Amino acid sequence: MTPLSAFTSAAALPRLEAVDSIDVASVKSRFPLLQREIDNAPIHYLDSANSSQKPIEVIDAMSTFMKTSYAPINRSAYRLAAEATDAYESARARIARFVNAGSPDEIVFVKNATEALNLVAQSWGGAHLNAGDVVVLTHMEHHANIVPWHIMAARQGIELRWVPLTADGQLDLTDLDRLLDGAKVFAFTAMSNVLGTITPVAELCAAAHAAGALAVVDACQYVPHNVTDVQVWDADFAAFSSHKLCGPSGIGALWGRAELLDATPPFLGGGNMIADVRLDGYTPAPVPAKFEAGTPPITEVIGFGAAVDFLNEIGMERIHTHERELTAYALSSLAERFGGDIRMHGPANPALRGGVLSFAFRDLHPHDVSQVLDQRNVCVRAGHHCAKPLMRVLDVAATVRASWYLYNDRDDIDAMADALDGASDIFGF
Amino acid sequence: MPGLEDLYREIILDHYRTPRNRGELPIPPASVAQGHNPLCGDEITVYLQIDNDTVTDVKVGGQGCSISQSSASMMSQAVKGRSVADVKALVRRFKGMMSIEDTSGDGDDANTNPDDRPDLGDLEALQGVVKFPVRIKCATLAWNTLLDALDRPV
Repeated sequence: MTPLSAFTSAAALPRLEAVDSIDVASVKSRFPLLQREIDNAPIHYLDSANSSQKPIEVIDAMSTFMKTSYAPINRSAYRLAAEATDAYESARARIARFVNAGSPDEIVFVKNATEALNLVAQSWGGAHLNAGDVVVLTHMEHHANIVPWHIMAARQGIELRWVPLTADGQLDLTDLDRLLDGAKVFAFTAMSNVLGTITPVAELCAAAHAAGALAVVDACQYVPHNVTDVQVWDADFAAFSSHKLCGPSGIGALWGRAELLDATPPFLGGGNMIADVRLDGYTPAPVPAKFEAGTPPITEVIGFGAAVDFLNEIGMERIHTHERELTAYALSSLAERFGGDIRMHGPANPALRGGVLSFAFRDLHPHDVSQVLDQRNVCVRAGHHCAKPLMRVLDVAATVRASWYLYNDRDDIDAMADALDGASDIFGF
Repeated sequence: MPGLEDLYREIILDHYRTPRNRGELPIPPASVAQGHNPLCGDEITVYLQIDNDTVTDVKVGGQGCSISQSSASMMSQAVKGRSVADVKALVRRFKGMMSIEDTSGDGDDANTNPDDRPDLGDLEALQGVVKFPVRIKCATLAWNTLLDALDRPV
Protein backbone atom coordinates (compact mmCIF):
# COMPACT_ATOMS: atom_id res chain seq x y z
CA MET A 1 0.00 0.00 0.00
CA THR A 2 1.06 3.58 -0.56
CA PRO A 3 1.42 5.47 2.70
CA LEU A 4 -0.91 8.43 3.06
CA SER A 5 2.03 10.75 3.60
CA ALA A 6 2.91 10.24 -0.06
CA PHE A 7 -0.09 12.37 -1.02
CA THR A 8 0.50 16.02 -1.48
CA SER A 9 -1.83 18.96 -1.20
CA ALA A 10 -4.86 19.55 -3.37
CA ALA A 11 -2.92 22.04 -5.46
CA ALA A 12 -0.73 19.25 -6.82
CA LEU A 13 -3.72 17.22 -7.97
CA PRO A 14 -5.25 17.68 -11.41
CA ARG A 15 -8.41 19.81 -11.62
CA LEU A 16 -11.59 18.49 -13.09
CA GLU A 17 -12.34 19.90 -16.51
CA ALA A 18 -15.73 21.40 -17.13
CA VAL A 19 -17.28 18.80 -19.40
CA ASP A 20 -20.77 17.40 -19.54
CA SER A 21 -20.00 13.93 -18.35
CA ILE A 22 -17.81 13.08 -15.41
CA ASP A 23 -14.17 12.32 -16.13
CA VAL A 24 -13.94 9.44 -13.68
CA ALA A 25 -10.15 9.09 -13.89
CA SER A 26 -9.77 12.73 -12.92
CA VAL A 27 -12.35 12.52 -10.11
CA LYS A 28 -10.76 9.33 -8.81
CA SER A 29 -7.33 10.95 -8.70
CA ARG A 30 -8.68 13.28 -6.02
CA PHE A 31 -9.49 10.35 -3.71
CA PRO A 32 -6.25 9.20 -2.03
CA LEU A 33 -7.67 5.91 -0.78
CA LEU A 34 -8.69 4.91 -4.29
CA GLN A 35 -5.01 5.16 -5.31
CA ARG A 36 -4.21 2.39 -2.85
CA GLU A 37 -3.55 -1.12 -4.09
CA ILE A 38 -4.18 -4.35 -2.20
CA ASP A 39 -2.21 -7.41 -3.35
CA ASN A 40 -0.75 -5.19 -6.09
CA ALA A 41 -4.14 -4.60 -7.65
CA PRO A 42 -6.56 -1.66 -7.64
CA ILE A 43 -9.57 -1.43 -5.34
CA HIS A 44 -13.09 -1.58 -6.75
CA TYR A 45 -15.02 0.28 -4.07
CA LEU A 46 -18.71 -0.56 -4.54
CA ASP A 47 -19.97 0.18 -1.04
CA SER A 48 -20.75 3.91 -1.15
CA ALA A 49 -24.37 3.41 -0.05
CA ASN A 50 -22.78 2.20 3.17
CA SER A 51 -20.19 4.97 3.39
CA SER A 52 -18.36 6.97 0.74
CA GLN A 53 -14.64 7.61 0.25
CA LYS A 54 -13.13 11.03 0.95
CA PRO A 55 -11.55 13.45 -1.55
CA ILE A 56 -8.29 15.25 -0.78
CA GLU A 57 -10.23 18.54 -0.50
CA VAL A 58 -12.12 17.23 2.54
CA ILE A 59 -9.04 15.66 4.09
CA ASP A 60 -7.04 18.87 3.59
CA ALA A 61 -9.82 21.13 4.89
CA MET A 62 -10.00 19.17 8.13
CA SER A 63 -6.24 18.88 8.47
CA THR A 64 -5.67 22.58 7.74
CA PHE A 65 -8.40 23.61 10.15
CA MET A 66 -6.82 21.58 12.94
CA LYS A 67 -3.33 22.84 12.09
CA THR A 68 -4.17 26.53 11.77
CA SER A 69 -7.65 27.47 13.02
CA TYR A 70 -8.91 25.02 15.61
CA ALA A 71 -10.58 26.58 18.65
CA PRO A 72 -13.80 26.08 20.62
CA ILE A 73 -16.81 27.72 19.05
CA ASN A 74 -19.53 30.02 20.39
CA ARG A 75 -18.06 30.79 23.79
CA SER A 76 -14.65 32.47 23.85
CA ALA A 77 -13.82 36.10 23.06
CA TYR A 78 -10.40 35.72 21.43
CA ARG A 79 -10.00 36.13 17.66
CA LEU A 80 -9.11 32.47 17.03
CA ALA A 81 -12.38 31.33 18.62
CA ALA A 82 -14.33 33.83 16.54
CA GLU A 83 -12.62 32.53 13.40
CA ALA A 84 -13.48 28.93 14.27
CA THR A 85 -17.09 29.94 14.99
CA ASP A 86 -17.29 31.70 11.62
CA ALA A 87 -15.92 28.63 9.83
CA TYR A 88 -18.46 26.40 11.61
CA GLU A 89 -21.38 28.69 10.79
CA SER A 90 -20.18 29.12 7.21
CA ALA A 91 -20.35 25.33 6.79
CA ARG A 92 -23.91 25.38 8.13
CA ALA A 93 -24.88 28.06 5.58
CA ARG A 94 -23.34 26.12 2.66
CA ILE A 95 -25.02 22.88 3.75
CA ALA A 96 -28.34 24.77 4.04
CA ARG A 97 -27.95 26.03 0.45
CA PHE A 98 -27.02 22.50 -0.70
CA VAL A 99 -30.53 21.27 0.16
CA ASN A 100 -32.18 24.70 -0.37
CA ALA A 101 -33.24 25.16 3.25
CA GLY A 102 -35.15 28.37 3.97
CA SER A 103 -32.38 29.58 6.28
CA PRO A 104 -29.12 28.26 7.83
CA ASP A 105 -30.93 28.10 11.18
CA GLU A 106 -33.04 25.29 9.77
CA ILE A 107 -29.95 23.05 9.71
CA VAL A 108 -29.24 21.26 13.00
CA PHE A 109 -25.93 19.43 13.29
CA VAL A 110 -26.32 15.93 14.66
CA LYS A 111 -24.16 12.79 14.66
CA ASN A 112 -25.79 11.30 11.56
CA ALA A 113 -29.18 10.75 9.91
CA THR A 114 -29.95 8.12 12.56
CA GLU A 115 -29.65 10.70 15.32
CA ALA A 116 -31.68 13.18 13.27
CA LEU A 117 -34.57 10.73 12.96
CA ASN A 118 -34.33 9.84 16.66
CA LEU A 119 -34.50 13.57 17.46
CA VAL A 120 -37.68 13.96 15.44
CA ALA A 121 -39.33 10.81 16.83
CA GLN A 122 -38.37 11.37 20.45
CA SER A 123 -38.39 15.15 20.82
CA TRP A 124 -41.06 16.25 18.35
CA GLY A 125 -42.95 12.99 18.85
CA GLY A 126 -42.52 13.10 22.62
CA ALA A 127 -44.23 16.49 22.73
CA HIS A 128 -46.85 15.99 20.04
CA LEU A 129 -47.78 12.28 19.86
CA ASN A 130 -50.21 10.61 22.23
CA ALA A 131 -51.47 7.06 22.76
CA GLY A 132 -53.38 5.88 19.70
CA ASP A 133 -51.83 8.43 17.34
CA VAL A 134 -50.81 6.96 14.00
CA VAL A 135 -47.38 7.10 12.36
CA VAL A 136 -47.15 5.72 8.81
CA LEU A 137 -43.89 4.12 7.60
CA THR A 138 -43.04 2.01 4.55
CA HIS A 139 -41.74 -1.53 4.08
CA MET A 140 -38.51 -0.21 2.54
CA GLU A 141 -37.32 1.83 5.53
CA HIS A 142 -33.87 1.54 7.09
CA HIS A 143 -33.87 0.51 10.75
CA ALA A 144 -33.01 4.18 11.51
CA ASN A 145 -36.52 5.15 10.38
CA ILE A 146 -38.22 2.19 12.06
CA VAL A 147 -36.70 1.59 15.49
CA PRO A 148 -37.11 5.21 16.75
CA TRP A 149 -40.84 4.86 16.02
CA HIS A 150 -40.94 1.41 17.67
CA ILE A 151 -39.38 3.06 20.71
CA MET A 152 -42.13 5.69 20.65
CA ALA A 153 -44.76 2.96 20.22
CA ALA A 154 -43.46 1.25 23.36
CA ARG A 155 -43.15 4.52 25.26
CA GLN A 156 -46.28 6.38 24.20
CA GLY A 157 -48.54 3.78 22.66
CA ILE A 158 -48.57 5.17 19.11
CA GLU A 159 -49.81 2.94 16.30
CA LEU A 160 -47.59 2.14 13.28
CA ARG A 161 -49.00 1.56 9.80
CA TRP A 162 -47.01 0.41 6.80
CA VAL A 163 -47.08 1.29 3.10
CA PRO A 164 -46.40 -1.98 1.21
CA LEU A 165 -44.32 -2.48 -1.94
CA THR A 166 -45.14 -3.44 -5.51
CA ALA A 167 -43.54 -6.52 -7.07
CA ASP A 168 -40.77 -4.41 -8.65
CA GLY A 169 -39.84 -2.70 -5.40
CA GLN A 170 -41.69 0.61 -5.59
CA LEU A 171 -44.05 1.95 -2.96
CA ASP A 172 -47.56 0.59 -3.51
CA LEU A 173 -49.60 3.77 -3.07
CA THR A 174 -52.98 2.17 -3.86
CA ASP A 175 -54.20 2.45 -0.26
CA LEU A 176 -52.10 5.45 0.77
CA ASP A 177 -55.05 7.71 1.55
CA ARG A 178 -56.65 5.06 3.78
CA LEU A 179 -53.30 4.44 5.57
CA LEU A 180 -52.79 8.18 6.10
CA ASP A 181 -56.33 8.73 7.35
CA GLY A 182 -55.99 10.24 10.82
CA ALA A 183 -52.17 9.94 10.80
CA LYS A 184 -49.95 12.46 12.59
CA VAL A 185 -46.69 11.57 10.80
CA PHE A 186 -45.70 10.01 7.48
CA ALA A 187 -42.00 9.08 7.66
CA PHE A 188 -40.44 7.61 4.52
CA THR A 189 -37.20 7.27 2.62
CA ALA A 190 -36.43 9.35 -0.47
CA MET A 191 -34.29 6.48 -1.78
CA SER A 192 -34.13 2.89 -0.56
CA ASN A 193 -30.69 1.81 0.65
CA VAL A 194 -31.46 -1.75 -0.48
CA LEU A 195 -33.57 -1.48 -3.64
CA GLY A 196 -32.23 1.84 -4.90
CA THR A 197 -35.84 2.92 -5.48
CA ILE A 198 -36.31 6.69 -5.59
CA THR A 199 -39.68 7.54 -4.10
CA PRO A 200 -42.02 10.37 -5.30
CA VAL A 201 -41.13 12.59 -2.33
CA ALA A 202 -43.12 15.70 -3.32
CA GLU A 203 -46.22 13.59 -4.00
CA LEU A 204 -45.82 11.78 -0.67
CA CYS A 205 -45.38 15.08 1.21
CA ALA A 206 -48.55 16.42 -0.43
CA ALA A 207 -50.45 13.27 0.55
CA ALA A 208 -49.20 13.57 4.13
CA HIS A 209 -50.26 17.22 4.35
CA ALA A 210 -53.65 16.50 2.80
CA ALA A 211 -54.21 14.06 5.67
CA GLY A 212 -52.95 16.57 8.24
CA ALA A 213 -49.74 14.61 8.89
CA LEU A 214 -46.13 15.80 9.01
CA ALA A 215 -43.80 14.57 6.23
CA VAL A 216 -40.49 13.28 7.63
CA VAL A 217 -38.00 12.36 4.88
CA ASP A 218 -35.07 10.00 5.41
CA ALA A 219 -32.88 11.62 2.74
CA CYS A 220 -29.67 9.87 3.75
CA GLN A 221 -29.29 7.95 0.47
CA TYR A 222 -30.83 10.66 -1.71
CA VAL A 223 -28.91 13.83 -0.82
CA PRO A 224 -25.42 12.52 -1.79
CA HIS A 225 -26.55 11.59 -5.30
CA ASN A 226 -29.23 14.06 -6.42
CA VAL A 227 -30.12 17.73 -6.51
CA THR A 228 -32.09 18.20 -3.28
CA ASP A 229 -34.63 20.94 -2.67
CA VAL A 230 -36.53 20.53 0.58
CA GLN A 231 -38.78 23.48 -0.33
CA VAL A 232 -39.82 21.95 -3.65
CA TRP A 233 -40.51 18.73 -1.75
CA ASP A 234 -42.56 20.79 0.73
CA ALA A 235 -41.31 18.43 3.45
CA ASP A 236 -41.32 19.11 7.19
CA PHE A 237 -38.16 17.35 8.34
CA ALA A 238 -35.32 15.72 6.38
CA ALA A 239 -32.31 13.77 7.66
CA PHE A 240 -28.94 13.15 5.99
CA SER A 241 -25.37 12.18 6.87
CA SER A 242 -22.02 13.63 5.87
CA HIS A 243 -20.16 10.34 5.55
CA LYS A 244 -22.25 9.19 2.60
CA LEU A 245 -21.54 12.40 0.64
CA CYS A 246 -17.72 12.36 0.67
CA GLY A 247 -17.52 14.00 4.10
CA PRO A 248 -16.32 12.65 7.45
CA SER A 249 -18.30 10.30 9.67
CA GLY A 250 -19.69 11.47 13.01
CA ILE A 251 -21.60 14.42 11.59
CA GLY A 252 -24.94 14.77 9.86
CA ALA A 253 -27.82 17.18 9.57
CA LEU A 254 -31.45 17.47 10.46
CA TRP A 255 -33.30 19.99 8.35
CA GLY A 256 -36.62 21.12 9.76
CA ARG A 257 -39.04 23.93 8.98
CA ALA A 258 -38.24 26.76 11.40
CA GLU A 259 -41.63 26.79 13.13
CA LEU A 260 -41.47 23.02 13.67
CA LEU A 261 -37.97 23.18 15.14
CA ASP A 262 -39.24 25.97 17.42
CA ALA A 263 -42.08 23.70 18.55
CA THR A 264 -39.74 20.78 19.24
CA PRO A 265 -38.29 20.46 22.76
CA PRO A 266 -34.52 19.95 23.17
CA PHE A 267 -33.17 16.44 22.56
CA LEU A 268 -30.03 16.57 24.73
CA GLY A 269 -29.44 19.02 27.55
CA GLY A 270 -26.13 20.65 28.43
CA GLY A 271 -23.86 23.49 27.49
CA ASN A 272 -24.42 25.63 24.38
CA MET A 273 -28.12 24.73 24.12
CA ILE A 274 -29.33 27.17 26.77
CA ALA A 275 -30.25 30.84 27.03
CA ASP A 276 -30.31 30.67 30.82
CA VAL A 277 -29.98 28.10 33.59
CA ARG A 278 -31.28 28.67 37.11
CA LEU A 279 -31.63 26.50 40.19
CA ASP A 280 -35.29 26.05 39.38
CA GLY A 281 -35.03 25.41 35.65
CA TYR A 282 -33.62 26.48 32.30
CA THR A 283 -34.52 28.43 29.18
CA PRO A 284 -33.37 26.83 25.91
CA ALA A 285 -31.39 28.74 23.28
CA PRO A 286 -33.09 29.49 19.95
CA VAL A 287 -32.66 26.96 17.12
CA PRO A 288 -30.35 25.55 15.97
CA ALA A 289 -28.24 25.89 19.17
CA LYS A 290 -31.16 24.44 21.13
CA PHE A 291 -30.35 21.05 19.59
CA GLU A 292 -26.55 21.26 19.74
CA ALA A 293 -25.68 20.50 23.35
CA GLY A 294 -22.03 20.27 24.29
CA THR A 295 -18.96 20.86 22.13
CA PRO A 296 -19.91 19.58 18.67
CA PRO A 297 -17.62 17.73 16.23
CA ILE A 298 -16.18 21.06 14.98
CA THR A 299 -13.56 19.67 12.60
CA GLU A 300 -16.12 17.26 11.18
CA VAL A 301 -18.49 20.15 10.42
CA ILE A 302 -15.62 21.84 8.53
CA GLY A 303 -15.15 18.59 6.56
CA PHE A 304 -18.91 18.31 5.92
CA GLY A 305 -18.85 21.83 4.43
CA ALA A 306 -15.82 21.00 2.27
CA ALA A 307 -17.60 17.87 1.00
CA VAL A 308 -20.61 19.91 -0.09
CA ASP A 309 -18.28 22.38 -1.88
CA PHE A 310 -16.57 19.47 -3.63
CA LEU A 311 -19.87 17.98 -4.81
CA ASN A 312 -21.10 21.41 -5.96
CA GLU A 313 -17.95 21.91 -7.99
CA ILE A 314 -18.53 18.64 -9.85
CA GLY A 315 -22.26 19.23 -10.04
CA MET A 316 -25.06 17.16 -8.55
CA GLU A 317 -26.86 16.85 -11.87
CA ARG A 318 -23.75 15.40 -13.49
CA ILE A 319 -23.26 13.02 -10.57
CA HIS A 320 -26.85 11.84 -10.82
CA THR A 321 -26.60 11.36 -14.59
CA HIS A 322 -23.31 9.49 -14.27
CA GLU A 323 -24.76 7.13 -11.67
CA ARG A 324 -27.90 6.50 -13.69
CA GLU A 325 -25.78 5.53 -16.70
CA LEU A 326 -23.79 3.14 -14.50
CA THR A 327 -27.01 1.69 -13.09
CA ALA A 328 -28.35 1.07 -16.59
CA TYR A 329 -25.04 -0.55 -17.54
CA ALA A 330 -25.00 -2.76 -14.44
CA LEU A 331 -28.61 -3.91 -14.89
CA SER A 332 -28.14 -4.78 -18.55
CA SER A 333 -24.60 -6.21 -18.47
CA LEU A 334 -25.20 -8.43 -15.44
CA ALA A 335 -28.50 -9.71 -16.86
CA GLU A 336 -26.84 -10.42 -20.20
CA ARG A 337 -23.88 -12.20 -18.63
CA PHE A 338 -25.61 -14.25 -15.94
CA GLY A 339 -29.25 -14.54 -17.10
CA GLY A 340 -31.33 -16.43 -14.56
CA ASP A 341 -28.32 -16.99 -12.30
CA ILE A 342 -28.61 -13.45 -10.97
CA ARG A 343 -31.76 -12.11 -9.33
CA MET A 344 -31.71 -8.33 -9.09
CA HIS A 345 -34.05 -6.57 -6.66
CA GLY A 346 -35.76 -3.23 -7.24
CA PRO A 347 -37.19 -1.43 -10.28
CA ALA A 348 -36.04 -2.67 -13.70
CA ASN A 349 -36.18 0.89 -15.05
CA PRO A 350 -32.90 2.68 -14.18
CA ALA A 351 -34.71 6.04 -14.22
CA LEU A 352 -36.63 4.98 -11.11
CA ARG A 353 -33.57 4.20 -9.02
CA GLY A 354 -30.24 5.43 -7.74
CA GLY A 355 -26.86 3.71 -7.85
CA VAL A 356 -27.69 0.81 -5.55
CA LEU A 357 -28.10 -2.79 -6.68
CA SER A 358 -29.05 -5.65 -4.38
CA PHE A 359 -28.95 -9.13 -5.82
CA ALA A 360 -28.84 -12.86 -5.21
CA PHE A 361 -26.32 -14.90 -7.19
CA ARG A 362 -27.21 -18.52 -7.88
CA ASP A 363 -27.72 -20.27 -4.53
CA LEU A 364 -24.69 -18.67 -2.95
CA HIS A 365 -25.03 -17.00 0.40
CA PRO A 366 -24.26 -13.25 0.18
CA HIS A 367 -21.57 -13.58 2.83
CA ASP A 368 -19.75 -16.15 0.71
CA VAL A 369 -20.18 -14.02 -2.43
CA SER A 370 -18.67 -10.95 -0.77
CA GLN A 371 -15.78 -13.07 0.57
CA VAL A 372 -14.95 -14.24 -2.94
CA LEU A 373 -15.35 -10.72 -4.39
CA ASP A 374 -13.00 -9.37 -1.73
CA GLN A 375 -10.33 -11.70 -3.06
CA ARG A 376 -10.47 -9.55 -6.24
CA ASN A 377 -10.57 -6.29 -4.23
CA VAL A 378 -14.26 -5.81 -5.05
CA CYS A 379 -15.80 -4.23 -1.94
CA VAL A 380 -19.55 -4.87 -1.61
CA ARG A 381 -21.89 -5.18 1.35
CA ALA A 382 -23.43 -8.52 2.22
CA GLY A 383 -26.18 -8.73 4.78
CA HIS A 384 -29.57 -7.32 5.67
CA HIS A 385 -28.45 -3.68 5.18
CA CYS A 386 -30.23 -2.60 8.36
CA ALA A 387 -33.56 -3.33 6.69
CA LYS A 388 -34.72 -6.62 8.21
CA PRO A 389 -38.44 -5.95 7.65
CA LEU A 390 -37.67 -5.44 3.93
CA MET A 391 -35.60 -8.67 3.87
CA ARG A 392 -38.70 -10.50 5.16
CA VAL A 393 -40.87 -8.87 2.48
CA LEU A 394 -38.36 -9.97 -0.19
CA ASP A 395 -38.26 -13.41 1.50
CA VAL A 396 -34.47 -13.46 1.73
CA ALA A 397 -32.18 -13.53 4.76
CA ALA A 398 -29.67 -11.19 3.16
CA THR A 399 -28.52 -9.81 -0.19
CA VAL A 400 -25.30 -8.77 -1.86
CA ARG A 401 -25.39 -5.02 -2.45
CA ALA A 402 -23.17 -3.12 -4.85
CA SER A 403 -23.44 0.67 -4.89
CA TRP A 404 -21.62 3.30 -6.93
CA TYR A 405 -20.74 6.95 -6.80
CA LEU A 406 -18.98 9.63 -8.82
CA TYR A 407 -15.62 7.79 -8.63
CA ASN A 408 -16.85 4.47 -10.07
CA ASP A 409 -16.95 3.43 -13.69
CA ARG A 410 -17.82 0.45 -15.87
CA ASP A 411 -14.52 -1.22 -14.98
CA ASP A 412 -15.75 -1.61 -11.41
CA ILE A 413 -18.97 -3.30 -12.55
CA ASP A 414 -17.01 -5.55 -14.91
CA ALA A 415 -14.55 -6.47 -12.14
CA MET A 416 -17.48 -7.50 -9.97
CA ALA A 417 -18.94 -9.62 -12.78
CA ASP A 418 -15.57 -11.32 -13.38
CA ALA A 419 -15.27 -12.07 -9.67
CA LEU A 420 -18.81 -13.53 -9.61
CA ASP A 421 -17.67 -16.06 -12.20
CA GLY A 422 -14.95 -17.09 -9.77
CA ALA A 423 -17.52 -17.59 -7.00
CA SER A 424 -19.39 -20.25 -8.94
CA ASP A 425 -16.16 -22.16 -9.54
CA ILE A 426 -15.35 -22.41 -5.83
CA PHE A 427 -18.76 -23.61 -4.73
CA GLY A 428 -19.31 -25.87 -7.72
CA PHE A 429 -22.88 -24.78 -8.30
CA MET B 1 -4.65 -12.03 2.07
CA PRO B 2 -4.62 -15.79 2.71
CA GLY B 3 -6.02 -17.86 -0.15
CA LEU B 4 -9.68 -18.83 -0.23
CA GLU B 5 -8.63 -22.51 -0.20
CA ASP B 6 -7.72 -22.00 3.48
CA LEU B 7 -11.31 -20.99 4.15
CA TYR B 8 -13.37 -23.10 1.79
CA ARG B 9 -11.84 -26.54 2.48
CA GLU B 10 -13.49 -29.46 0.71
CA ILE B 11 -14.89 -30.92 3.93
CA ILE B 12 -16.54 -27.57 4.71
CA LEU B 13 -18.14 -27.41 1.28
CA ASP B 14 -19.30 -31.03 1.71
CA HIS B 15 -21.09 -30.19 4.99
CA TYR B 16 -22.50 -27.01 3.38
CA ARG B 17 -23.94 -28.90 0.40
CA THR B 18 -25.13 -31.86 2.49
CA PRO B 19 -25.78 -30.63 6.02
CA ARG B 20 -26.11 -33.39 8.65
CA ASN B 21 -28.81 -33.59 11.35
CA ARG B 22 -31.12 -30.99 9.77
CA GLY B 23 -34.61 -30.82 11.26
CA GLU B 24 -36.48 -30.36 14.50
CA LEU B 25 -37.11 -32.28 17.73
CA PRO B 26 -40.32 -32.17 19.79
CA ILE B 27 -40.16 -29.64 22.65
CA PRO B 28 -40.37 -30.88 25.33
CA PRO B 29 -38.68 -33.28 25.91
CA ALA B 30 -36.01 -31.55 23.76
CA SER B 31 -34.69 -28.07 24.54
CA VAL B 32 -34.22 -25.43 21.85
CA ALA B 33 -32.31 -22.19 21.36
CA GLN B 34 -32.16 -19.70 18.51
CA GLY B 35 -29.07 -17.73 17.54
CA HIS B 36 -28.72 -14.67 15.29
CA ASN B 37 -25.76 -13.10 13.60
CA PRO B 38 -26.91 -9.48 13.77
CA LEU B 39 -24.39 -8.44 11.13
CA CYS B 40 -25.56 -10.62 8.26
CA GLY B 41 -29.00 -11.77 9.38
CA ASP B 42 -28.12 -15.47 9.62
CA GLU B 43 -30.32 -17.46 11.97
CA ILE B 44 -29.74 -20.86 13.48
CA THR B 45 -31.90 -23.08 15.70
CA VAL B 46 -30.41 -25.91 17.77
CA TYR B 47 -32.60 -28.66 19.27
CA LEU B 48 -31.04 -30.85 21.96
CA GLN B 49 -32.34 -34.08 23.46
CA ILE B 50 -30.56 -34.78 26.74
CA ASP B 51 -31.09 -38.03 28.62
CA ASN B 52 -29.16 -38.92 31.77
CA ASP B 53 -26.72 -36.07 31.21
CA THR B 54 -25.94 -37.25 27.69
CA VAL B 55 -26.83 -35.56 24.39
CA THR B 56 -28.77 -38.35 22.72
CA ASP B 57 -30.03 -36.35 19.74
CA VAL B 58 -29.43 -32.98 18.11
CA LYS B 59 -31.09 -31.23 15.17
CA VAL B 60 -30.25 -27.97 13.43
CA GLY B 61 -32.54 -25.52 11.62
CA GLY B 62 -32.13 -22.08 10.05
CA GLN B 63 -30.11 -20.65 7.24
CA GLY B 64 -26.74 -19.11 6.74
CA CYS B 65 -23.49 -18.96 4.81
CA SER B 66 -21.20 -21.89 4.05
CA ILE B 67 -19.13 -21.30 7.19
CA SER B 68 -22.03 -21.04 9.65
CA GLN B 69 -23.91 -23.96 8.07
CA SER B 70 -20.92 -26.32 7.83
CA SER B 71 -19.86 -25.45 11.37
CA ALA B 72 -23.39 -26.25 12.60
CA SER B 73 -23.42 -29.52 10.68
CA MET B 74 -20.05 -30.64 12.05
CA MET B 75 -21.02 -29.49 15.54
CA SER B 76 -24.15 -31.65 15.41
CA GLN B 77 -22.09 -34.71 14.51
CA ALA B 78 -19.49 -33.98 17.15
CA VAL B 79 -21.83 -33.57 20.13
CA LYS B 80 -24.20 -36.48 19.59
CA GLY B 81 -23.62 -39.20 22.20
CA ARG B 82 -21.39 -37.08 24.41
CA SER B 83 -21.94 -36.16 28.05
CA VAL B 84 -22.95 -32.57 28.77
CA ALA B 85 -19.56 -31.97 30.43
CA ASP B 86 -17.79 -33.32 27.34
CA VAL B 87 -19.87 -31.08 25.08
CA LYS B 88 -18.97 -28.01 27.14
CA ALA B 89 -15.29 -28.96 26.93
CA LEU B 90 -15.65 -29.36 23.17
CA VAL B 91 -17.21 -25.89 22.88
CA ARG B 92 -14.25 -24.46 24.79
CA ARG B 93 -11.78 -26.25 22.54
CA PHE B 94 -13.57 -25.08 19.43
CA LYS B 95 -13.73 -21.49 20.59
CA GLY B 96 -10.08 -21.74 21.59
CA MET B 97 -9.29 -22.77 18.01
CA MET B 98 -11.23 -19.64 16.93
CA SER B 99 -8.93 -17.59 19.22
CA ILE B 100 -11.76 -16.93 21.68
CA GLU B 101 -11.03 -17.31 25.39
CA ASP B 102 -14.16 -18.79 26.90
CA THR B 103 -14.44 -18.38 30.63
CA SER B 104 -18.03 -19.56 30.83
CA GLY B 105 -19.10 -23.05 31.86
CA ASP B 106 -17.61 -25.25 34.50
CA GLY B 107 -14.22 -26.92 34.53
CA ASP B 108 -10.97 -25.73 33.07
CA ASP B 109 -9.63 -27.32 29.94
CA ALA B 110 -6.07 -26.70 31.06
CA ASN B 111 -6.61 -28.88 34.11
CA THR B 112 -8.02 -31.74 32.10
CA ASN B 113 -5.82 -34.67 31.24
CA PRO B 114 -4.94 -34.17 27.55
CA ASP B 115 -6.11 -37.71 26.81
CA ASP B 116 -9.59 -36.82 28.07
CA ARG B 117 -9.94 -33.70 25.90
CA PRO B 118 -12.49 -34.14 23.14
CA ASP B 119 -10.97 -34.55 19.71
CA LEU B 120 -12.06 -31.85 17.24
CA GLY B 121 -11.84 -34.28 14.28
CA ASP B 122 -13.37 -32.81 11.11
CA LEU B 123 -13.83 -29.53 12.93
CA GLU B 124 -10.11 -28.88 12.50
CA ALA B 125 -11.04 -27.98 8.91
CA LEU B 126 -12.50 -24.73 10.27
CA GLN B 127 -9.06 -23.69 11.54
CA GLY B 128 -8.58 -21.53 8.42
CA VAL B 129 -11.46 -19.27 9.48
CA VAL B 130 -9.13 -17.61 12.00
CA LYS B 131 -7.26 -16.06 9.06
CA PHE B 132 -10.51 -14.31 8.05
CA PRO B 133 -11.50 -12.59 11.32
CA VAL B 134 -14.85 -11.27 10.05
CA ARG B 135 -15.98 -14.87 9.54
CA ILE B 136 -15.23 -16.07 13.09
CA LYS B 137 -18.74 -15.03 14.14
CA CYS B 138 -20.15 -17.22 11.35
CA ALA B 139 -18.19 -20.24 12.61
CA THR B 140 -19.12 -19.76 16.27
CA LEU B 141 -22.84 -18.99 15.79
CA ALA B 142 -23.93 -22.64 16.10
CA TRP B 143 -21.69 -23.18 19.13
CA ASN B 144 -23.00 -20.21 21.07
CA THR B 145 -26.52 -21.35 20.24
CA LEU B 146 -25.61 -24.83 21.47
CA LEU B 147 -24.47 -23.36 24.80
CA ASP B 148 -27.81 -21.52 25.06
CA ALA B 149 -29.70 -24.75 24.40
CA LEU B 150 -27.66 -26.56 27.07
CA ASP B 151 -28.58 -23.89 29.60
CA ARG B 152 -32.29 -23.94 28.79
CA PRO B 153 -34.35 -25.87 31.30
CA VAL B 154 -36.65 -28.28 29.50
